[in-house]
Amino acid sequence: MKNSNLKPWLYLLPAIIFLVLFMVYPLVDVFIYSAEEEYNSASQTYSGIGTYNFSYVLHDPYFLQALKNTFILVIITVPLSTGIALLISLGLNSITRLRDFFQTTFFLPYVTNTLAVGLVFMILFKKTAYSEGMVNLLINAFGGKSVDFIDGPYWAKMFVLCFYTIWIVLPFKILILTSALASVNQDYYNAAKVDGTGKFRIFTKITLPMISPMLFYLVITGFIGAFKAYSDSVALFGTDLNAAGMNTIVGYVYDMLYGDSGGYPSYASAAAVILFAIVLTITCINLMVSKKHVHYT
Amino acid sequence: MDNNLSYKNIEKRAKTRDRILRILTYIMLGVWAVMVLFPFYWMFLTSVKDYGSYNAEYIPKFFTLSPTLENYSDAFTAVPLGRYFINTLIFTVVTTVLMLLVITFAAYAFARLKFKGKDILFTLFLALMMIPNELVVITNFQTITNWDMRNSFLGLILPSITSVFYIYLLKENFEQVPDELYYAAKVDGTSDLKYLFKVMIPICRPTLVTVGILKVIECWNSYVWPRLITDDSAYFLVSNGIQEIRENGFGRENIPAMMAAVVVISVPLILLFLIFRKKIMEGVSRGGTKG
Amino acid sequence: MKVVLKHLTKKFPGKNKKSHEEVIAVNDFDFEIPDGKLVGLLGPSGCGKSTTLNLISGLEAPTEGQVFFGEDDVTNVPVENRGVGLVFQNYALYPHLTVEENIIFPLQNLKGAEKLTKEQMKEKALEVAKLVQIEDYMERKPKALSGGQQQRVAIARALVKMPKVLLLDEPLSNLDARLRLQTREELRRIQKETGITTIFVTHDQEEAMSICDLMVVMKAGVVHQIGRPQDIYDDPKNLFVAQFLGTPPINVFTGKVENGKVMINGDDVFDAPGVPDQEVYLAVRPEGFIPNGSRFRYMRERREIMGRDVSIIFTHENALNPNNRAIVSAEENIPEQPGEAFFDLKPAKTFLFSRETEERIRF
Repeated sequence: MKNSNLKPWLYLLPAIIFLVLFMVYPLVDVFIYSAEEEYNSASQTYSGIGTYNFSYVLHDPYFLQALKNTFILVIITVPLSTGIALLISLGLNSITRLRDFFQTTFFLPYVTNTLAVGLVFMILFKKTAYSEGMVNLLINAFGGKSVDFIDGPYWAKMFVLCFYTIWIVLPFKILILTSALASVNQDYYNAAKVDGTGKFRIFTKITLPMISPMLFYLVITGFIGAFKAYSDSVALFGTDLNAAGMNTIVGYVYDMLYGDSGGYPSYASAAAVILFAIVLTITCINLMVSKKHVHYT
Repeated sequence: MDNNLSYKNIEKRAKTRDRILRILTYIMLGVWAVMVLFPFYWMFLTSVKDYGSYNAEYIPKFFTLSPTLENYSDAFTAVPLGRYFINTLIFTVVTTVLMLLVITFAAYAFARLKFKGKDILFTLFLALMMIPNELVVITNFQTITNWDMRNSFLGLILPSITSVFYIYLLKENFEQVPDELYYAAKVDGTSDLKYLFKVMIPICRPTLVTVGILKVIECWNSYVWPRLITDDSAYFLVSNGIQEIRENGFGRENIPAMMAAVVVISVPLILLFLIFRKKIMEGVSRGGTKG
Repeated sequence: MKVVLKHLTKKFPGKNKKSHEEVIAVNDFDFEIPDGKLVGLLGPSGCGKSTTLNLISGLEAPTEGQVFFGEDDVTNVPVENRGVGLVFQNYALYPHLTVEENIIFPLQNLKGAEKLTKEQMKEKALEVAKLVQIEDYMERKPKALSGGQQQRVAIARALVKMPKVLLLDEPLSNLDARLRLQTREELRRIQKETGITTIFVTHDQEEAMSICDLMVVMKAGVVHQIGRPQDIYDDPKNLFVAQFLGTPPINVFTGKVENGKVMINGDDVFDAPGVPDQEVYLAVRPEGFIPNGSRFRYMRERREIMGRDVSIIFTHENALNPNNRAIVSAEENIPEQPGEAFFDLKPAKTFLFSRETEERIRF
């Protein structure tokens, strides 16, 4: 009897060990770190417990820059990517010819290495002494003036970052929305058609409510994902994001932890906790809003 | 008769409207397809352009008449791309295999075995899904540093061996195997472990394969953790390698060679995707997220 | 409004990749449905009855043939302009809208001169809700209703815009047996009260027989017989129609006609004057047997007494089915033990069909 009670735990043991070591313990620890003032990695000592780390981070111009960048990125890419994904999915669901080709193509960015393809984007957008770059060529063709999107003005850099982020996140959203749209019972559309409902009204009154749970899921994961943006920025602007002025909150955390500016796990923890608080707040707001508008069957 | 005429008009108008909408749809899809494919084309094109001629192009050309493979040999000789590649392969294979083992046992325990505290433990597991990686990475970095595991495969692999989400996914799948099979096996004197390997795993192989593929993609593209934990280029993975190449490789301007490296890194996953297209897309729509 | 179908044909491209053979769902359907009648399309599943309904509603376009509403050719009129009401098998009620919103939905699509104010819509909705007796549930979501109530909402939604034709796809199949009986009476009442030409699809012959003014029996895309339910039952055109209608089913035996007599195993069982010699099917309704006769030999297996009737379960070496059933009055004296005995056959309940074509042989 005792034997059979022990065996399940044996099966679970590896998972539990890894989870405790690399998730539970660190989760507790990060809050402790963030409260320990003047922590020293080498001697593992600290001078006291308090909120100094938070106040340091919140007054650090690099962090404020990262905060601003992240918020702009979130505000632009989440609605835009969801909207574009919805449009494309509606298009995909309305055609039969070439549908497989489009679906496969649109999913391609999901399986590519963010860092590697980021380099391609950098080349496409970059303006060097040798070449204007592909994108500038297009701009010139339409009578515009060349801009250096990688080392140039802030808005240009932000544009590329948003564009690349959307490029990266779209496959997932298209996939989810296409299957959500496909799973709406055709009878609803037929019923509406028989009643002479216009295309637009069918969309707003039937399609949107029916896919609203999935749409909402995408908005939530989209927010969370965009707040954690980092590697897209590195891919485009290199590892020294502070110098480029394109750092993100997560980037700030890593910079504080490691690298030329690193060695401050307390500041890193404080920034991570702040990020967590922001994401939690936004998610809660999302949940509250959704209660009113999302229809669950 | 009058009625017939107006019906004809209605019909005609509806048909033109449909046709215009259809054309617009195809244009939109086509535009985005070009946006998606163009970077891939450009990367391939640049990778076969001669270094000299690439730099001579003030206005980039959309094709090349004298493709060269020189950049590819440069990519493997001038920078240790081969090493990065092998590192990533080792990291990906070992992590995926270990993870599959760990989650299979855990999912089996949750799905099939009976023990005290199962429900509470499973709830705790699910709660862990909410924790963002960014929050725990700081301490993990410290832990691995303290264990002296920086610049080692162990340090790279250990933190990514478990995934609560995949345990959950697999447990759901295991639970769909009918109870009768288990009782039948028990009556025949089959041990739990044998039942797992002889019955459960073969039946649930599709899910295991899907999870495996998703993990491979995740490993192949992982960047943040490897960057934190390795600064010796002998242990770089492709993502870090490409970043290193960009900042210190080839000399900043050898873009064709850089693109050759990018092609080499991207091709395995694109092939994997084209082969397992259905499986991957289905797996991702069941709850994968990027990264 | 009368509905006329002229040579209506619908072919689907073959789904099987190897053979690109077309599937003919409806083949050359020719029929005029008089104004204000309740018509049932009856047939086994896959017989093309739902496709016919979709062709009338306009959800599908015919490969050949025409559909007329009254004098207007509506074959190419898109579904939204046809002005039909359609009730789906699974009702297709919008789950995120209340009963009232569901019923109002079609009214909100009206444009121009037909446009209604909110009050008018509510009034109309209440009117039909009363007609189908769901006015007490207007604020509920479909999920909170029983199957029968959902059915009524679906009918109300189809009726609210006063359609020219009301179409129902298997309207009763999702209801349990008791509710089905009740609802089919209800359907009959609603149809009579509104006077709208109504066409419904069903695979349940009892359902069709009990409420239809006219019945269309279909099989494999082909219309086999059209007529009043009792007429079809009493006078089937071919073996399929005879077998498909009636519970318990008709009993069928193989035999041949010789010199104006139907012969089975050398016994002269039935008179068929003037019928040329040939191989035939002899089909007898369960109520067509006269017990204690002398011509039709059978093996009695057992008897079942059900109130005023007695069923005789019997076997016969020439029967298509192993078990056959005769229903006779309980006043007849039927022994309990198995054994050989004789029936006589009632001419009005006995039909002959050609073995070759399965068509009815009249005499």
